[in-house]
Amino acid sequence: MSAQRDWLATELAHRGVRRRDFLGFCATMAAALALPDTAAAQIAKAVGRTEKPILLWLEFQDCAGNTESFLRASRPTAAEIVLDVLSVDYHETIMAAAGEQSRENRERVVKEHPGGYLAVVEGSIPAGANGAYCTIGGESALAIAQHVCGNAAATIAIGTCAAFGGLPAAAPNPTGALSVADAVPGVKNLINLPACPANVENLTALIVHYLTFKSWPPLDAYRRPLFAYGKSIHDNCERRAHFDAGQYVELWGDAGHRAGYCLYKMGCKGPVTFQNCPNVRWNGGTNWPIGCGHPCIGCAEAGFWDRMTPFYQHLAGIPGFGAGSSVDTIGGLAVLGVGAAFAGHGLIQIAKRSRDEIEPVPVKPPKGVV
Amino acid sequence: MARVVVDPVTRIEGHLRIEAEVDGGIVRDAWSSSTMFRGIEMILKGRDPRDAWVFTQRICGVCTTVHAIASIRAVENAIGAAPPPNARILRNLIIGAQAVQDHVVQFYHLHALDWVDIVSALSADPVKTSSLAQSISDWPLSSAKYFAGIRDRVKGFVDRGQLGPFANAYWGHPAYRLPPEANLLAVAHYLEALDWQREFIKLHAVLGGKNPHLQSFLVGGMATPVDPTSQAALNAGTIAQLKQLVAKARDFVVRVYIPDLLAIASFYKDWAGHGRGVGNYLVYGEYPDDDSAKPALFLPGGVIRARDLSKVEPFDPSKVTEYVAHSWYQYRQGDHAALHPFKGETQPNYSGPKPPYDRLDTEPESKYSWLKSPRYDDQPMEVGPLSRMLVAYASGHPRVKALVGAVLQTLNVGPEALFSTLGRVAARGIETQVLAEKLEDWVDALAANMASGELRIHDNSKWDPNTWPVDAMGAGFHEAPRGALGHWVSIHNGTIQNYQCIVPSTWNAGPRDAKNRRGPYEEALLGTPVADTKRPIEILRTVHSFDPCMACGVHVVDAKRHEIVRVRAV
Repeated sequence: MSAQRDWLATELAHRGVRRRDFLGFCATMAAALALPDTAAAQIAKAVGRTEKPILLWLEFQDCAGNTESFLRASRPTAAEIVLDVLSVDYHETIMAAAGEQSRENRERVVKEHPGGYLAVVEGSIPAGANGAYCTIGGESALAIAQHVCGNAAATIAIGTCAAFGGLPAAAPNPTGALSVADAVPGVKNLINLPACPANVENLTALIVHYLTFKSWPPLDAYRRPLFAYGKSIHDNCERRAHFDAGQYVELWGDAGHRAGYCLYKMGCKGPVTFQNCPNVRWNGGTNWPIGCGHPCIGCAEAGFWDRMTPFYQHLAGIPGFGAGSSVDTIGGLAVLGVGAAFAGHGLIQIAKRSRDEIEPVPVKPPKGVV
Repeated sequence: MARVVVDPVTRIEGHLRIEAEVDGGIVRDAWSSSTMFRGIEMILKGRDPRDAWVFTQRICGVCTTVHAIASIRAVENAIGAAPPPNARILRNLIIGAQAVQDHVVQFYHLHALDWVDIVSALSADPVKTSSLAQSISDWPLSSAKYFAGIRDRVKGFVDRGQLGPFANAYWGHPAYRLPPEANLLAVAHYLEALDWQREFIKLHAVLGGKNPHLQSFLVGGMATPVDPTSQAALNAGTIAQLKQLVAKARDFVVRVYIPDLLAIASFYKDWAGHGRGVGNYLVYGEYPDDDSAKPALFLPGGVIRARDLSKVEPFDPSKVTEYVAHSWYQYRQGDHAALHPFKGETQPNYSGPKPPYDRLDTEPESKYSWLKSPRYDDQPMEVGPLSRMLVAYASGHPRVKALVGAVLQTLNVGPEALFSTLGRVAARGIETQVLAEKLEDWVDALAANMASGELRIHDNSKWDPNTWPVDAMGAGFHEAPRGALGHWVSIHNGTIQNYQCIVPSTWNAGPRDAKNRRGPYEEALLGTPVADTKRPIEILRTVHSFDPCMACGVHVVDAKRHEIVRVRAV
């Protein structure tokens, strides 16, 4: 047995994980990433390597929701292995070092491993007030992001704030909050992992893909991995049959609500939101928002705080929106419908603000495997 | 006199900077500064009040329920919506679970490494560790073999040479006082608690769809249907699931967390003499027991002044005000005013040094934080688990009295020990046990309602904004894990006209006020010993004892004259 295998076996044993379970985890990861069966062995090998890739996790205008999501990694022991397989050299919420010593840890990595570490960014980055809306150790978030992400092998923008500006960038964007793409122009190998917060299952899958193949999975136009953001919520929703049958919740707690009918009329944004919540669900597959009776709020989409609100206003009626319509047609029409819904409910002001003051995230051509 | 700067203060939520003057190994003065600002209340203006909870919830992803709860209560108060009994019970369960999970995580993952030296654990004897573990608890994971495994695992981690999040900390600092075996025990439970928190919080996914950022709240009730005959609603299967989750939570708290807390505290009893703070304690109260306008509360509200436990004043919402004299905002009528949140106004006005900077300007007239300075009856107040336990203790809450008494007896200290860094740590543990024991009652109440056919979850009569008055104002009060939280909302023609939050970490971490009276962190740091100004672990101990949550603390209200930065994407 090689030293590498030996280390992994020891780690697994100490965590009470049988090797069979670990390989099962790798197979699940391969399936989540839509990879062939043979990829599971490759993943197992990559995860068991001895030298741990370094990760620096930066928090700026954030709520730590993505950090908390990270701590909920759901396949218990296997997810911890993934944590241990990375060397998380900077993460303010969990690291033991503080103040100057914590900064030293971050700077040592940037200096000694330029182009050789992963950066994760949580939270938006304010450009206003010369950067004074967010400073760490006296340095602006903007300067830290440009320095750390600018020297990283790749950057993961986790959560909608880092990916698209998110809540701080919602109209009227008081602090000039930016996404990573806008704050660090030309940043290399940027992957956006939006949602509020991002589902840790997708982060885990993304990291394992990177470790295994030294590349990123194919991305959509917003630089989101297709394996997690390739289909709409509506397309995979467990309540879809009720939508097609015209069975809707009309009032909170009514017979339809109790029976699990479609939440479309209560404001569900599932038709215009692309994420895999219905498939992977949350907290170890325990549940998801629609599963507990509340509409989707569209949190994985750029500008959702302005474009998906009011949350309880349903998307406009779509002709022919029913069984047999393609999701692309429905999605496209429904997106147009959001604007109509604003106008119809006298909330043009917010919709207008969002159009005037928030530019869309620049769409860079997806590079696929970078 | 040396200026000690700790920035970032790590193992907290958000961005906190502490500057302290240290002379002769003692903190002589201190400044607490929040260094991040988002402007969420500005963003809320003009929006649908029924959406507000989703926005405010994102103030914090750690205490991920608290700003949702305060928001729906504020809007319900404004429009007169009356949530039915099931909504109250579900909210109590969600709030209680949040507090229990949050407190355990705070103890093990945010605070423990101020007291526990991981490197020392490497030299522990597993047999002695096992004896120690079994002497303080009957928790089954306590064999010598188990602790040998943990020790070898930590050793393997260290031997690989990549210490990751444990690198460059204050290991070996003389202020660490636990024997190697106690350190190893704590490291084992650090790892166990990481698993435990992830499993227990599935309770939030059951009742809220997901955690963080549960998604089942509604103005007027909850979105989670209750129906024992449906597979798409909370039913008997859910009751069974909840019962199992709360039983496991209680088990871990009573058999792991509390014994560890007492064992570790027994080595640090001198910390009952540090971190005294302002000595005034404010509690709004929490966990309504009935559905009346003024419900009985499981944990009572009240105010204690000057550490006088013989007297608890009732809380009066009209006595809450905020100063901006040392905050990066300005008031139209002058920065020395104190304004009630309904009349609150805030205009960001950064006057600190341009980044990058080495030192803040902390001269007597200077501003140095994005936090404002809340005051109650013009006095600084500490909020949080210590305040809640003191008010409950002084009000005669039977379970709190019993547990406080037991803890004081075990540590062989008097009640005055509570007013301290160690007192905050102990109070958080006591509250966790009180709540972990209480959760099952709410599960039973939910089951009883199901059995009686009480299935309502929402007050539909006020859902339509056309049923609201043209102008409405409301306040929502909540006890978050970190303390007293209030939201104030003004609604005009169905949209938000003004919104303000005063949150626990603003009370505790706020800067000096117009009369130059320090905030609770600043006051608590006075007199703290600092053995090595390059490694000020003692400062972290006192600051962490408050459980800082900085993203919560920063807010802004009045958008009338605010600075809007227009940013064009490039």
